[in-house]
Amino acid sequence: MNAMNPEGYVTSDGRKIGGVLMEMKNITLRFGGVKAITDISFDIREGEIRAIIGPNGAGKSSMLNVISGFYIPQEGEVWFRGKKRAPMKPYEVAQQGIARTFQNIALFEGMSVLDNIMTGRLTLMKSGMLDQAMWWGRAQREETEHREKVEKIIDFLEIQHIRKTPVGRLPYGLKKRVELARALAAEPKLLLLDEPMAGMNVEEKEDMCRFILDVNDEFGTTITLIEHDMGVVMDLSDRVVVMDYGKKIGDGPPDEVRSNPDVINAYLGVSHD
Amino acid sequence: MAATDGLNSIPALLDRNARLFGARPAWREKEFGIWQCWTWAEGAAEIRAIALGFLALGLNRGDHVAVIGRNRPALYWSMVAAQMCGAVPVPLYQDAVAEEMAYVLDHCGARFVVCGDQEQVDKVLEIQDRLPHVEQVIYVDKRGMRKYDHSHMNALADVEAEGKAGHYRFDAELETRIAELDYDSTCVMLYTSGTTGKPKGVVLSNRNIIETSKNSSEFDKLRPGDDVLAYLPMAWVGDFIFSVGQAMWTGFCVNCPESAATMMTDLREIGPTYFFAPPRVFEGQLTQVMIRMEDAGRLKKRMFDHYMAVARRVGPAILDGKPVSAADRLAYWIGDKLVYGPLKNTLGFSRVRVGYTAGEAIGPEIFDFYRSLGINLKQLYGQTEASVFITQQPDGQVRSDTVGVPSPGVEVRIAENGEVFYRSPGTFMSYFKNPESTASTKDAEGWVATGDAGFFEEATGHLRIIDRAKDVGKMADGRLFAPKYVENKLKFYPNILEAVVFGNGRDRCTAFINIDLTAVGNWAERNNIAYSSYQELAGHPRVYEAIKAHVEEVNRSVAEDPMLSGCQVHRFCILHKELDADDGEMTRTRKVRRNIIEQKYADLIAGLYDGADSVYTETEVTYEDGRKGAIRATVRMMDAATVAGQRRAA
Repeated sequence: MNAMNPEGYVTSDGRKIGGVLMEMKNITLRFGGVKAITDISFDIREGEIRAIIGPNGAGKSSMLNVISGFYIPQEGEVWFRGKKRAPMKPYEVAQQGIARTFQNIALFEGMSVLDNIMTGRLTLMKSGMLDQAMWWGRAQREETEHREKVEKIIDFLEIQHIRKTPVGRLPYGLKKRVELARALAAEPKLLLLDEPMAGMNVEEKEDMCRFILDVNDEFGTTITLIEHDMGVVMDLSDRVVVMDYGKKIGDGPPDEVRSNPDVINAYLGVSHD
Repeated sequence: MAATDGLNSIPALLDRNARLFGARPAWREKEFGIWQCWTWAEGAAEIRAIALGFLALGLNRGDHVAVIGRNRPALYWSMVAAQMCGAVPVPLYQDAVAEEMAYVLDHCGARFVVCGDQEQVDKVLEIQDRLPHVEQVIYVDKRGMRKYDHSHMNALADVEAEGKAGHYRFDAELETRIAELDYDSTCVMLYTSGTTGKPKGVVLSNRNIIETSKNSSEFDKLRPGDDVLAYLPMAWVGDFIFSVGQAMWTGFCVNCPESAATMMTDLREIGPTYFFAPPRVFEGQLTQVMIRMEDAGRLKKRMFDHYMAVARRVGPAILDGKPVSAADRLAYWIGDKLVYGPLKNTLGFSRVRVGYTAGEAIGPEIFDFYRSLGINLKQLYGQTEASVFITQQPDGQVRSDTVGVPSPGVEVRIAENGEVFYRSPGTFMSYFKNPESTASTKDAEGWVATGDAGFFEEATGHLRIIDRAKDVGKMADGRLFAPKYVENKLKFYPNILEAVVFGNGRDRCTAFINIDLTAVGNWAERNNIAYSSYQELAGHPRVYEAIKAHVEEVNRSVAEDPMLSGCQVHRFCILHKELDADDGEMTRTRKVRRNIIEQKYADLIAGLYDGADSVYTETEVTYEDGRKGAIRATVRMMDAATVAGQRRAA
């Protein structure tokens, strides 16, 4: 595999990975005097499952927030779809085709699963507030179209049985799946998953893995995820960025990263003798 | 032949329905949140296209086509399409693990396997190297299938498209194949769940299926506008009769739920007019209703209790058309507006004209509950080898403790030892590749042994079933031992999910109990009893006290029958795990496998008879993905009071 080829590469299971979708160039992020990220560069390619791993406090979530445009780095550039990205508001990020899930689920607890997922399509709706309040003409047609898309996602993630259930009544594992559904509803080019398996049991993890792979396979969505569970990361991802103390200490396919001595040190510690 | 006017195969019936009721709904399936509908004409076109596609793939006469998946129109169509090609459909249980599937697929020698989705395809691929004759794997749901090797694999939609595109090449061949079908050609092959030993392939002819469907449809006056919900396993003979045989004969609509988990919602949305469910579905729904009523406001609860009392008193009589006083009729009418109507609507039973339960005995309270609401719930007795129907209850003659009178066209006789025999147009042709079993089950005159012991009530002519004939044994002192009889009485308590009674050849009876986690868990919650697992709850002293009270109540009831008074349970224990089909302790249709349980829990049974207070045990369990683990527990044994001697003086 040649990850440096600008035309893309072919993975071990025969998937074709395209050119660069997003590129981080020499990113440095500071909170006051604290450096959360120091001079990190890497790229995310079209159709790829890209993982960011590292011990606690390594700066993974900060990195994800930089990608999503929520944090603006003091130094460095973010290039998305061949253009340098200027600072943006969150809705502009969503319009650009980036969607995410959160480490601590951020759903509307009182709303049904269906309504929650429908909110994912908000940026794709064109009718105005007045139209929607009257629910006539274009608003009605539009809602039907969006509902169709949402139902495809509900079917895809096998959550038909909780379609009308308020999210607050669902167990944790299902909430995670609903969050993924909402992110998918936005039809993102790039999907960011912040610890999608955290707090799940083995069976839920396996389900989630399958869904992530299926999303990538079926919709061709590029996925970037942060994950603690090393087994999951190694199974899922095409390439892995390893961070420690805000620095990049490894980057490459899972097998390569696994045998990288710096990565082993970061995870297992170094013997000082 | 004259009775069915040349309609001597399922494809022939399909053709008639497409001409007669072309624009009427024939299949519905909820998908993407909406009920999708196919009329008879549309469905017939789909089936024809699939059949042409099968021919294009090289399906031969007499081939077996295995069908695995949840109830979906596409899978029903595949079965009929296979019949059109002169092949034999073999539906399999979709929740069977790969190992179990391997036996059936190998035994029937299926060349084509039609799978519902990726999960089923994976199972087939897992055992593929042991199935050299499987040539084509066809799947309905395309999800996750893109990366698979498609050299011997096709999506059903592609098969169909291929059939449509190549119809000019295969039309003539298909017509020839359809014309070859007659009353004696094989309609379907169904594997019995196999309470004992390996599953057996029951070969049913067109005559079996069509005559039976005709008789039973007429018996219950089924009509084209009826709706059924197809949610029970496709491998089960009942589903084939209801969703294929009767649906084709009568021309009613088959509705498929969105997924197994949405069945209750879909049931309410469809509101079937003809409904079948095993007792556990009715039990589950009743438990749900009762749990929710416990949480209801005081006014609602009182209203519910009051009108349910009215319903229990007069409801069944009104349903059976017996005379009831005007005041009671008025009270029932008000109750219907306030309680029964809304409740039936919530349950999805508003439109049920004919409801059946079978497979296991149903608790009298459960049975009466539904009947008192005005739901025409009846019982039938049948088996795969009879194309379902042996006896059934006519409208107006329904009781919880009988299974009805012989179905139209069925002869029933009771042998010396109490075993029930029948002979009917539905009697199966043979067991596939098993002439010995065929000969030992069906005699030269066509009488089939059911393996059940029972008797006819002289006054009413209704059949009563006591137990499996081979399970009916003798105790050490020669008294009759009928475990199922006692187990059923125990299982009628909502707290008890399963019971297994031992005592054959011994001096007294003992029992294993499985508690019902929903019912007991709810009770524990209301009584502030904390528990972290099934095992802990099962071993709780107060749970033991509650179960002991149930056992003793059953003992009093058993003692009333002089023939069976020896079957009272002297000692019992509550098992530390639920009996499970994955561990081989039950069949896929949830019947206990006595021998396996007796071997597996020999240490506990020994404890029940040697007077030990508790027994330490380790039990192997199989998880859903086939891995194995062990559960360790100390299981307590408890005595239960019994009633001595004969109490019947008069």
